[in-house]
Amino acid sequence: MTSGRFQRIMFAIYVAMFFAYLLGPLVVMAISAFNTPEYPQVWPLEGFTTDWFGRLFADNDLMEGFRTSLWIGLLVVCISVPIGLAGAIVMTQIATTARSFYYLVVVSPVLTPGVIIGISTVVFWREFTLVTGTRFLYDGIILTVLGQSSFISAYCMLIVLARLQRFDRSQEEAALDLGASYPQVFLHILLPYLKPALFSAAVLAFLSSFENYNTTTFAILSDKSLTTVLAGRVRQGSTPSISALATLIVGVTIVAAITYEVLKRRDDRRARERQVAAIRAEEAELSLATAQ
Amino acid sequence: MRSIYVIMLLPLVLIAAFWLIARLEGPAASTRPGFFQRNGIGIGLYLIIAVGFWAIFIIILPMVYMVDLSFRPKLPPAQIGGPKDVYTLENYRFFLFGSTTSTANWNWIHINAFFSTIAASIVITLLNFVICYPLAYHMAQSAKLESLRVLLLLLIIPYWVNDILRAFALRVLLSTGGVINQALAGLGLTSEPIDFLAANVGLYTGLSYAYLLLMIFPLYNAIESLDKNQIEAARDLGAPWWHIHTFIVMPHAKPGIASGCTLVFMLCTGAVATPMVLGGPSTLWFTPIVYDRFYELFNWPQGAAYAFLLLMACVLFVLTVLRLTGLKLGEIAR
Repeated sequence: MTSGRFQRIMFAIYVAMFFAYLLGPLVVMAISAFNTPEYPQVWPLEGFTTDWFGRLFADNDLMEGFRTSLWIGLLVVCISVPIGLAGAIVMTQIATTARSFYYLVVVSPVLTPGVIIGISTVVFWREFTLVTGTRFLYDGIILTVLGQSSFISAYCMLIVLARLQRFDRSQEEAALDLGASYPQVFLHILLPYLKPALFSAAVLAFLSSFENYNTTTFAILSDKSLTTVLAGRVRQGSTPSISALATLIVGVTIVAAITYEVLKRRDDRRARERQVAAIRAEEAELSLATAQ
Repeated sequence: MRSIYVIMLLPLVLIAAFWLIARLEGPAASTRPGFFQRNGIGIGLYLIIAVGFWAIFIIILPMVYMVDLSFRPKLPPAQIGGPKDVYTLENYRFFLFGSTTSTANWNWIHINAFFSTIAASIVITLLNFVICYPLAYHMAQSAKLESLRVLLLLLIIPYWVNDILRAFALRVLLSTGGVINQALAGLGLTSEPIDFLAANVGLYTGLSYAYLLLMIFPLYNAIESLDKNQIEAARDLGAPWWHIHTFIVMPHAKPGIASGCTLVFMLCTGAVATPMVLGGPSTLWFTPIVYDRFYELFNWPQGAAYAFLLLMACVLFVLTVLRLTGLKLGEIAR
C-alpha cells in the first residue's frame, strides 16, 4: 500500500506545481498592480496603492481601444452567429459527396494561424475595394471584423453543429405531419431547440474577438483596438498600469466564471428534480395501469 | 490584367462544381425535397448568402489572392496590372538568398528563424502534452465531481486572459529585476541576475504557458469519453500502468491528442505577442520578420510569400499528424 500512497503524494505535488505554473504568474502580477514603485515590483512591498487603476482610466488611447474592441466584438457576434448557424444547417443538408470538401473549406480558418488570416484579409480587401471603387470599406474596424469572422464563424458553426447532431428528427416530422410548413419548422422548432447553443456561440464569439491580437494587429490598419494599444504599451516598457489592467480582466473572469458555475448548478439541480418527478409520475402511472 | 479579376472568377467555378455534384447525386436525392422547397425561399436565401459570403469572400478569395500576390513583384501602384506585373519567384528567392536576383549567398537569418521557429514549436507542443496529460487523465477518469468542478474553474480563469497580458505576467517574473532573480539573489544562489529573456528561456516558457490550456481541454474531453470499465478490466487482467496508458487510454484519446497538438503548434508558430514581449534582442522568431515585411518595409508581395511559407509549415504539420494517427480532419477540428 505504501507505493500507492507514494504515488498519491507525487501526484499531489505535480498538481500543485501545475497550478503554481498556471496561476502563479497571474498572482504575482496582481500583487505588482497594488505596489507603489514605477516598475512592476512585487518585493519589497513599498506601499499599497490603487493609483495604477486610476491611471488606466485616465489613459485615453487605452479607453478608445477598449471602446473599439467592444464595437468589433459586437459586430463579430452579429456576423458570426448567423453565419455559424447557416453553416451548420447547410452541413446537414449538403450532398454527401460535397460534404467533406465543404467541411475542409469552412473549418480551415480554425487551423490557420491568425496572422495569416489577418494578412490575407488585408491584401485581398485592399485590392478588391480599389478595383470595385468601394474604398470606404477599406477601414480598420471593418477589416478586423471580417478577418476575425472567418475563424469565429467556424467556432460558432462547430458549437451549433454539436447540438444539431442530437436533434430528434421525429420532432420535425411530427410538425410537418401536423401541417406546419418548412419555414415554420425552422422558426418554431429548430431555432428554439438551438437557442442554448446560439447563446454560448455568441458569448464565445465576443470573448474570442475581444482578446484577439494576432489577426487584429494586421487588419486594424491605423485604428486602435484594446489589444493593439496594450501591445504598444508593453513594448514601450513595463508599468504597473498593465498589471492593473490584467488584474481587472482576471477579476471580471473570476466573477463571470463563478456566476456561470452557480447558475449551472441551479439548472442541474432543477433538471435532476424534474427527472425525479418524471420518474415518479411514470411509476404512478404504471402502478395505476397494473391495478386496472 | 490585374490578377484579382481572374481570381474573382474562381467562386463561379466553385459554385458550378457544387451544383454539378448536387445534380449528379440527383437520382438518390430526388425523393427528398429540393433545397428551396425544403427551407422556403426566405430561409433558403439566408442560408446560401450567409454561407456563400463566408466561404467565398472571407475564407477562399483572401487566401487565394494572398498566394497569388506572393508570386508577384513589388510594383508602384500605377504599374499593377501592366506589362511588368508578371509571375515571378523573386519573393521566395529573397527568403532563400537575401536578394531578389543573386543566388550567391544564403539568407541565413531568415532561414534560421523559420526553421528554429518550427523546431521550437514542435518541442513546446510535446512538452505541453507531457505536462498536461497526467492532469487531464486524472480529471477525466478519477477526480470526484466536486474537485473536478474546482479544477475546471481554476483552469477556465486564466483561459480568458489575453496572450499579451500572460506574456507580461511572465516578464514581471523573469526580467533581470524580476521576482525569480530577486529570489535567486536572496537565497545567495546567484551573484548577478540571469538574463532569462536574452537566453530565450522567457520566450519558450511564455509560449508553453500561453497555450497550456489549449492542450488540456481537448485531452480532457477525449479521455473523458473512455469507458472506465475498460481500464478496470485491463487492471484486473494485470496490465501495468504504462500498458494501460499506451494501449488503452492514448489510442482512445487520439483525436484529442491530435487536436491539442495541432492547435498548440499552430498558435506557437503564429505567435506574435509572446515573442514581442518576451523575446531578447537576439531572438529569432518568424512572425516578427513577416510583420516587418508589411509595416516596416511595405513590401506586401514579399510579406505574402513569407506568410505563405508559414501556412505551408502548418499544413504540413496537420498532414503529418493526420498520417501518423490515421485520423480524418473532421475528427481533429471540433
